[in-house]
Amino acid sequence: MPKEYRTITEIAGPLIFVEKTEWVGYGELVEVNLPDGTRKRGQVLDSSKEIVVVQVFEGTAGIDRQSTVKFLGETIKLNVSRDMLGRILSGAGEPIDGGPPIVPEKRVDITGSAINPYSREHPAEFIQTGISTIDGLNTLVRGQKLPLFSGAGLPHNEVALQIARQAKVLGSNEPFGVVFAAMGITHEEARVFMDDFERTGALKRAVLFLNLADDPAVERLITPRMALTAAEYLAYEIGMHILVILTDMTNYAEALRQIGAAREEVPGRRGYPGYTYTDLATMYERAGRIHGKKGSITQIPILSIPDDDWTHPIADLTGYITEGQIAVARDLHRKAIYPPIDPLPSLSRLMDAGIGKDRTREDHKQVADQLYAAYAEGKDVRGLVAIVGKEALSDRDRKMLEFADRFEQEFIRQGHEEDRTIEATLEIGWKLLATLDEAWLTKVDRKTLEKYHPAHRGPDQEVAA
Amino acid sequence: MAMKSVAKDAGAKAVGEIFRVAGPVVTATGLRPRMYDVQFVGGEQLMGEVIQIKGDKTIIQVYEDTSGVKPGEPVLDTGAPLVVELGPGLLGSIYDGVQRPLPVLQKVMGDFILRGVKSPGLTREKAWKFVPKVKAGQAVGPGDVVGSVQEAKNVEHRIMVPPNFRGGKVAEVRDGTFKVDEVVARLDSGEQVKLHQTWPVRKPRPVKERLMPTVPLITGQRVLDFLFPIAKGGTAAIPGGFGTGKTVTEQQLSKWCDAQVVIYIGCGERGNEMTEVLSTFPKLEDPYTGAPLMDRMSLIANTSNMPVAAREASVYTGMTLAEYYRDMGYNVALMADSTSRWAEAMREISSRLEEMPGEEGFPAYLSARLSEFYERAGRAKTLAGLEGSVSVVGAVSPSGGDFSEPVTQGTLRIVKVFWALDTALRARRHFPAINWLTSYSLYSQILEDWFRKNVNEEWPRLRAWAQRTLQEEAELEEIVRLVGADALPPDQALTLEVARMIREIFLQQNAYHPVDTFCPPARQFKLIDAIKKYSDLGQKAVKLDVPVKDVAGLKSRELLTRVKYEAEFDKELEKTLAQMDEEFKKLGAA
Repeated sequence: MPKEYRTITEIAGPLIFVEKTEWVGYGELVEVNLPDGTRKRGQVLDSSKEIVVVQVFEGTAGIDRQSTVKFLGETIKLNVSRDMLGRILSGAGEPIDGGPPIVPEKRVDITGSAINPYSREHPAEFIQTGISTIDGLNTLVRGQKLPLFSGAGLPHNEVALQIARQAKVLGSNEPFGVVFAAMGITHEEARVFMDDFERTGALKRAVLFLNLADDPAVERLITPRMALTAAEYLAYEIGMHILVILTDMTNYAEALRQIGAAREEVPGRRGYPGYTYTDLATMYERAGRIHGKKGSITQIPILSIPDDDWTHPIADLTGYITEGQIAVARDLHRKAIYPPIDPLPSLSRLMDAGIGKDRTREDHKQVADQLYAAYAEGKDVRGLVAIVGKEALSDRDRKMLEFADRFEQEFIRQGHEEDRTIEATLEIGWKLLATLDEAWLTKVDRKTLEKYHPAHRGPDQEVAA
Repeated sequence: MAMKSVAKDAGAKAVGEIFRVAGPVVTATGLRPRMYDVQFVGGEQLMGEVIQIKGDKTIIQVYEDTSGVKPGEPVLDTGAPLVVELGPGLLGSIYDGVQRPLPVLQKVMGDFILRGVKSPGLTREKAWKFVPKVKAGQAVGPGDVVGSVQEAKNVEHRIMVPPNFRGGKVAEVRDGTFKVDEVVARLDSGEQVKLHQTWPVRKPRPVKERLMPTVPLITGQRVLDFLFPIAKGGTAAIPGGFGTGKTVTEQQLSKWCDAQVVIYIGCGERGNEMTEVLSTFPKLEDPYTGAPLMDRMSLIANTSNMPVAAREASVYTGMTLAEYYRDMGYNVALMADSTSRWAEAMREISSRLEEMPGEEGFPAYLSARLSEFYERAGRAKTLAGLEGSVSVVGAVSPSGGDFSEPVTQGTLRIVKVFWALDTALRARRHFPAINWLTSYSLYSQILEDWFRKNVNEEWPRLRAWAQRTLQEEAELEEIVRLVGADALPPDQALTLEVARMIREIFLQQNAYHPVDTFCPPARQFKLIDAIKKYSDLGQKAVKLDVPVKDVAGLKSRELLTRVKYEAEFDKELEKTLAQMDEEFKKLGAA
């Protein structure tokens, strides 16, 4: 039975300082008992022979120097089991759906360990999300971490839900599941996710961890780790393909900053601690595939970036760790285009491994490059028109301009429930490219052009000038 | 790992006790160690290094996760600094930041990196055929070669007298098959040369003399070789916001540069990227020797979620490996991806030490550390009198893509080549997204001679022409933005077309295209020469009042855009040039 201490000397923000303890391990789990009977949990942040610093997850409200502190002799662990599927848990891993406690098949440390890079398998399996801007231009593959870079007031939740609903690996019936971690989002937003999961039956194969806006901020630091621990168990021990949705990482980073400030650490950019990169990496890097294991973890973190400023540390550091990003764009949203995914700043680093012959289609890469280039040029021309007017445009400029408009309306825009196959996506791409001069299609080689360009396929179609 | 042998050699010099644990920083009492000596911390003997001494308190950065480590647990002082093992078997290996082989860790710990496991950097099992190069009685000094081992098909691993030996006459040299910890030569000084040696990672290996770089490191990347070349023994920085292609560029260089040995440090980057290297490189052929690319490589992988202190050490581990092969007389290329993560590791440790921070929380010694690191690059005459070089290419990941931040600035003050990756170019799918206006190479003058002699006399002239055209384009674009393209006189309108060709045909290069991924200098020259020819003929035509639209719309121009993808490059180019002549003749301009 661990000893109880009544030696709290200082309470500051989410931290308590305890002295005259036995020797306590770094990262150990702590139980704080308040005089009124409330029990709170915390973790050791700094342990010395003189003083132990504890961060309290539920916040320090109500803690006084009469409260007692118990060190539990182990780091934070999560009870995992396949019975977690279909359950709703709190941000700290306790059931909140009124169901019975989870009978653990195993208790696992939530910090997780780094996957040995040598054990990793390079992700290469195409996930069809049914969304053209993702499948066609920023392909998602199993084991990838691909965040949604969004902002306040944009429909990132709808996009994430559509991905969760439609995601599939072609020709595969392997078990698929969703682990959802909410950090500091509102009840309303959480409701949308839960309702959609219920409506589509996805809840049966999902685990939800909810830390909502009125839950303690410090708890947000463990919520995603709980979720990823559950995901790792389901993926690597049960063999499921798990899609992890983490929302909203911005709230997570705020909590991290709060702890840093409370510890009086030297702040880095915009007050975030200097180790924010490493801290985020210990979560994002838990996506992947492992040689010889059936399951996989694919991550879609959601970031609502303050003021849409991508140089903000949360977006910036995330972009440096994740394998690309999907940009949910305000200007497209204003034009009432759904999904408002702007392909230009979006990127999927693992795309090339997942596309091409035998995976999607041999022309995929070239079509994607060409669509990108043309849309970028069209958007540039749009900027030019604002200055010099349409009259001054060359023929190429005019066609590119028209291309950009049609691209947005026909390629980017699709319905909430519209699940496009990859062939359908590529065909729309070719149809749009056919409006341009063939000589401008420099990203496409002759052979591909002759095989797939609409003008070369149908005998009744005219060859572009 | 390397440490085990240190512990064995030195024995545990002293045993102290943990006083405090705060993440990767552990304070111990009861020790009197030297700075940077290796310590084994706690019951699990986690490896660490002394980074500060305050009275009786020794502050140690630990290379492994410290969860659960308690005050009161023991600390062992090995009395020796962090060293790596240098010998046959380095090539083709993949290590963590402190030279533990990842495949061995996988065998011992499974798919996840746990802690407290030690493993030597070089396998003790494999035996190597040693061929002596000296005879008994011959005098050898530090750094001299006593024999060799065929490490890979095309790499002869030269076994050298360690630089910290006194040297003497060879008393005995053995012929046969040996394991790395066996003695192959005995000197009359009593010193024994083994098949491997150890070296402290933070100490540069000595050379006889530093030489000026005069030979380019050929990369097969047009924008690099032609516009911003790096010399063998030179230093380059690739800064760029996320997604601009730092890693792709580093990987392209590792694949195609003409160094004999490549050391690739994945420092605080993505696990999946290291896997990509591991899964693709063994399948690729070295374009210079035809051997598998992995045969000339050693990988150091300390991904972003692996312990931060080991990340700090990883760049030094990699550099020491590079210097070792340089000492054999090889040209070595060292890729460090990314130096910003290394700097961040320094920042994190510094902040745990509660040091007074410099700019953006980075320690005040950041730029000194960067300089020390890049100064270990260079072309040199080795102790044995051979010529070798270490070229360093460091990726920089500026926060917010802002080049004014301390790591980028600290790096630019010391490196000679600057390849600026550009987010706007990336958005336009211009790859490699290296900005041709802001990038520079301070070697381009020195290397001109080599390109003139080895590729074409006209190389510098064409290079100047291409740069001028691109510069002119930037200026003309300003005008176009104000008054529209129609307002330009025909010759300037054509210049814009030519600049576009230089960008699209020459500068853009597809790393994923089997042919285009590697473009040797001779081919680079032919391609730019063809564009120049088109430009000259075009200007002539324009003077004869041929509309620019007609010049720009020639079929041969379209052919020229595709010729770089052709396996039969020379044949296709010839055809294109012939067609160009004909078409311009029709316009009356040939």
